[in-house]
Amino acid sequence: MKNLVILGAGTGGTIVANGTAKRLPRDWNITVIDPETLHLYQPGLLFLPFGIYDESKLWRRRARTLRSRVQWLQESVDGIDADTKEVVTANRRVPYDLLVIASGSRIRPDLTEGMLDGDWQNRVFDFYTADGALKLREALKSFDGGRLVVNIVDMPIKCPVAPLEFLFLADAHFRNRKIRDRVELVYATPLDSAFTKPACSRVLGSMLDEHGIKIETEFNAGSVDTATHTLRSWDDREIPYDLLVTIPSHSGAEFVERSGLGNDAAFVPTEKNSLVAKGHDDIFVIGDASDAPTSKAGSVAHFEGHVVIDNIVHAVRGESLEPRFDGHTNCFIETGDQKAILIDFNYDTEPLPGTYPLPIFGPMSLLKESVINHIGKLAFRWLYWNVLLPERPLPVTQQMSMAGKRRLYADPNLRGKTDLAQQ
Amino acid sequence: MPTQTYAGKQISLNSEGFLTNASDWTPGVAEEIAKETGIGPLNDKHWQVITFCREDAAREGQPPGVRRIAKLSGVEMKELYQLFPKGPGKLAARIAGLPKPQGCI
Repeated sequence: MKNLVILGAGTGGTIVANGTAKRLPRDWNITVIDPETLHLYQPGLLFLPFGIYDESKLWRRRARTLRSRVQWLQESVDGIDADTKEVVTANRRVPYDLLVIASGSRIRPDLTEGMLDGDWQNRVFDFYTADGALKLREALKSFDGGRLVVNIVDMPIKCPVAPLEFLFLADAHFRNRKIRDRVELVYATPLDSAFTKPACSRVLGSMLDEHGIKIETEFNAGSVDTATHTLRSWDDREIPYDLLVTIPSHSGAEFVERSGLGNDAAFVPTEKNSLVAKGHDDIFVIGDASDAPTSKAGSVAHFEGHVVIDNIVHAVRGESLEPRFDGHTNCFIETGDQKAILIDFNYDTEPLPGTYPLPIFGPMSLLKESVINHIGKLAFRWLYWNVLLPERPLPVTQQMSMAGKRRLYADPNLRGKTDLAQQ
Repeated sequence: MPTQTYAGKQISLNSEGFLTNASDWTPGVAEEIAKETGIGPLNDKHWQVITFCREDAAREGQPPGVRRIAKLSGVEMKELYQLFPKGPGKLAARIAGLPKPQGCI
């Protein structure tokens, strides 16, 4: 028997496990190693602090998310021995012929001076963990005025649009509570504008304005001073806060670091089109764990999943790998009041306006607020559990498609303009 | 594509001011970009960072991000922000004639 071993059963690991379970010959064992009993629906974390979702909607028993052919080893990984081709856990050494690293990313509040001091989970919260998001929900309930600061410590982070969504939802939340006039919303970002991609950045930038959210750009947070409740940048700019919602630095898994397979932030250097680990043709990398220059997002892990599954099948047959991953990312951006924006882009094409997935008929609109997009975001949770994870076919293309998208002239005032070239 | 005369040479730049041909770079070009970005004459500490960035990029095939520079160049984060205000990763790469560091996606 031969062994395919998958480290981590989040979005990417589960998709690869279930997809290969349908396609690998019977003389292959498929083993997933993950210590957690439950699978967390990470996109739902954004909704927890506002009470839009309750916690029960976010979890499923991991055993239910894996096809019967997949063996699940509920253990923590200590390291990878790439020379002997073994994964090391506390109890055993698991040999592999092919390995998939799908161990995601984790927040590192410990990397910022003062962040874990007295204000942590009193006035300083994250919403990238279930624990953080739930405690933030309690803090928001009792917050009745003052300055709420959302800060990205540095890039890359998981779901780069989530901090913006948080701000739009916070704006709606305080308006609904009729205390918006007593709350100052501030977005402090290390980027030089609202988002990483120009056209999208213009749309989101003017939306921040409309929602009365102040933006402080090129703000590289260096420390948190809990005594004075102040966020300080490396170049000594100060932002006092009453409530600080931080998106801390991110790193890959500890065992990646220990195995010497990661970069400085423990993300695995990855060939960005074939998704093999650089220098290791028997190791694939998927999702947040990789250093591929695209967003760290579930949709990316999903689109990458198909390339990894195909390439595993090629490797098993002794065929050459296909460099097919194009950086495809697809994100819903909640903008409050039951509306959302949808963006779709890849390594080479920035988010463009238009309709998705079909030209003209949509039904979803790209780079524009709509109620349908919001419904799409909510419906996505059902798709996630019932279509994505079990690796059933979805009616959208894996590679980014230009169908329905309109190319832009270099127009600095994109929003509301109609002078767009029809693709 | 914009071009600029640096150290007496016509050099092509991308829209954000990064060199499009790495081979155009000389220490004189670095001095002129530094002047243009308001950093002024480069001192030894600046050069320690720029040299590290160039050597690291040659080894790794991509420009180092700011976390990596602080960890490995021998110049600490606080000082990096004094030497290259606002965005040390971006600014050091630009002066060193390297592409914009990724990780901002």
